Amino acid sequence: MNNDNTNMNTNMNTTNSLGYDKAIVSENLTKKFGRFTAVDTISFSVDKGEIFGFLGANGAGKTTAMRMLTGLLLPTSGRASVAGFDVFTQTEEIKRNIGYMSQKFSLYEDLTIGENIDFYGGIYGLGRSELKTKTSEMIEKFSLGDAGRKLIKDLPLGWKQMLAFSVAMIHNPQIVFLDEPTGGVDPITRRRFWDLIYEASSQGKTIFVTTHYMDEAEYCGRVSIMVDGLIEAMGRPNDLKLQYGCDSMNDVFVKLARPE
Amino acid sequence: MKAFKEFVRKEIYHISRDYRTLFVLLGMPIAQLIIFGFAIRTEISEADIGIFDKSKDHVTQKIIDKIVSSGHFKLTEYIESPEDMEKSFRAGKVKQIIVFEENFAHKLGRGSAQVQIINDASDPNVAKILNMYASTIILDFLKGFNQNGMAGNIVIAPQPRMMYNPEMRSVYMFVPGLIVLILMLVSALMTSVAITKEKEKGTLEVLLVSPLRPQTIIIGKVIPYLLLSLFNAATVLVLSRAIFGVPFKGSMLDFAIVTVIFILVALGIGIVISTISKTQQTALMISLAGLLMPTVLLSGFIFPIENMPWALQLFSKVIPATWYLIILKAIMLKGLSFGYFWQETLVLIGFMIFLLTVANKKFKVRLE
Repeated sequence: MNNDNTNMNTNMNTTNSLGYDKAIVSENLTKKFGRFTAVDTISFSVDKGEIFGFLGANGAGKTTAMRMLTGLLLPTSGRASVAGFDVFTQTEEIKRNIGYMSQKFSLYEDLTIGENIDFYGGIYGLGRSELKTKTSEMIEKFSLGDAGRKLIKDLPLGWKQMLAFSVAMIHNPQIVFLDEPTGGVDPITRRRFWDLIYEASSQGKTIFVTTHYMDEAEYCGRVSIMVDGLIEAMGRPNDLKLQYGCDSMNDVFVKLARPE
Repeated sequence: MKAFKEFVRKEIYHISRDYRTLFVLLGMPIAQLIIFGFAIRTEISEADIGIFDKSKDHVTQKIIDKIVSSGHFKLTEYIESPEDMEKSFRAGKVKQIIVFEENFAHKLGRGSAQVQIINDASDPNVAKILNMYASTIILDFLKGFNQNGMAGNIVIAPQPRMMYNPEMRSVYMFVPGLIVLILMLVSALMTSVAITKEKEKGTLEVLLVSPLRPQTIIIGKVIPYLLLSLFNAATVLVLSRAIFGVPFKGSMLDFAIVTVIFILVALGIGIVISTISKTQQTALMISLAGLLMPTVLLSGFIFPIENMPWALQLFSKVIPATWYLIILKAIMLKGLSFGYFWQETLVLIGFMIFLLTVANKKFKVRLE
């Protein structure tokens, strides 16, 4: 019940100004496919520079919600804004201001990292010299060395995913959506991936990330937990653990997702 | 525009780095041309025949020489009696026997003489073709014979003339069909697979989240295939001319215009297929079963449409390849121009508009 109040408060703060004081605002956002309600009146808001974890079991509606926010799906009802732009009418503006890394790996496997940067940078309108700088920056940052000339498919998965994240931010977006970015990666690489996320957050970027690794939930500033299209709980990981009397986010999740 | 350029460049990387596909794309036209041109020929060379010459004079000898030197026949049996004829056919030694009546030269000089062409019709197609070869040669000889004033009366006989393809060279028929097939393969099949691949890999989602307009994505995606298709069409034309001497009587400009229209039709089909298939496998199956089979079997490429039952004839009308093939034959073999096939061209343009509209509608920004 406590959560509902928090929701109400955030809504009150932002209903009047769909301006850009909050990175993401969602009010009663709903998506129905025929008679099936995939996302049921979800309301939340994400502050600028926050790392917001969007948790839920498979099929809970996370991806659908994210697709509505990124302009891939038209919501059935409700309201939402991303970077101050309306998801119903201003998807073009939203697209220009967000970065997106899909659940499936999003770099082209048969291109080198430089060619991927040229392509993704190019479609966001980056200039030649800018692309060159970005490429050498990235090769240095990940100490790729000669691997920079290799095709993506010849790189280890961990690297690929970190590169995909960096490429998703090539156009310096203010908000980055990550859809289960660390699927299938070992814990050490996942930790390194999260270092990248923290780095982006420290630069003032807002991170909206879905995951079903509950250890990753602990890294988020705030999380929401979706069950069957509804947001069942929302708050800082430590507050949620206290509220549900659990030691880990994992237990909180299990408690919510499988109520006795 | 820059985004568009990057897109085309990326697509060219995809194509050029997939050696196997590239090999298929560029090697296929050559391989198919050679297979169709050399192996699947309906003309016959060196068929075994027998001669039953009851006259054995200078005229029959000349006719026999002419028949043998045509290259279509090989004289394997000299037959001396009607019983031998029966035996030779039974033993399968000959496919055809030509019989000259007694006193052939003498009778011909007086007006008319009889030649009988007997065919082994157990393979009716071969029999028909051989019969045509032999009668053409004999009639041809008689024509020359009469012109030389060696006969008083002109023997009037029906003269079959094979318009536009006097030697019935099947490769002439195959080349336009082959162009249709290759364009379908590259434009429709390859595009549908390429777009579905992006869907399957998840990169399409990232593209749709980018500020690129869906039209830009689609056009950027198909332009390289359009160029590749044109290149392939040109390859087939050049090779067919160089190797088989297939004529190109019409205008190149007409050919280019109609071909671009047809490629756009095929690309439209490819895009539509990609929007209804989730995996590359599905796209491939739909393209193969739903496109290539009808193109090969029902467009008039291999089987004449006139011989089909009416239901299939009707069906052949909704295959764009049928119309393109009619135009292509008209341009290449008959040297006709738009005045003669503007109706077929309009039909193609209709297909193009319809398919591109559907493709544009179905390929939406939002992933519903």
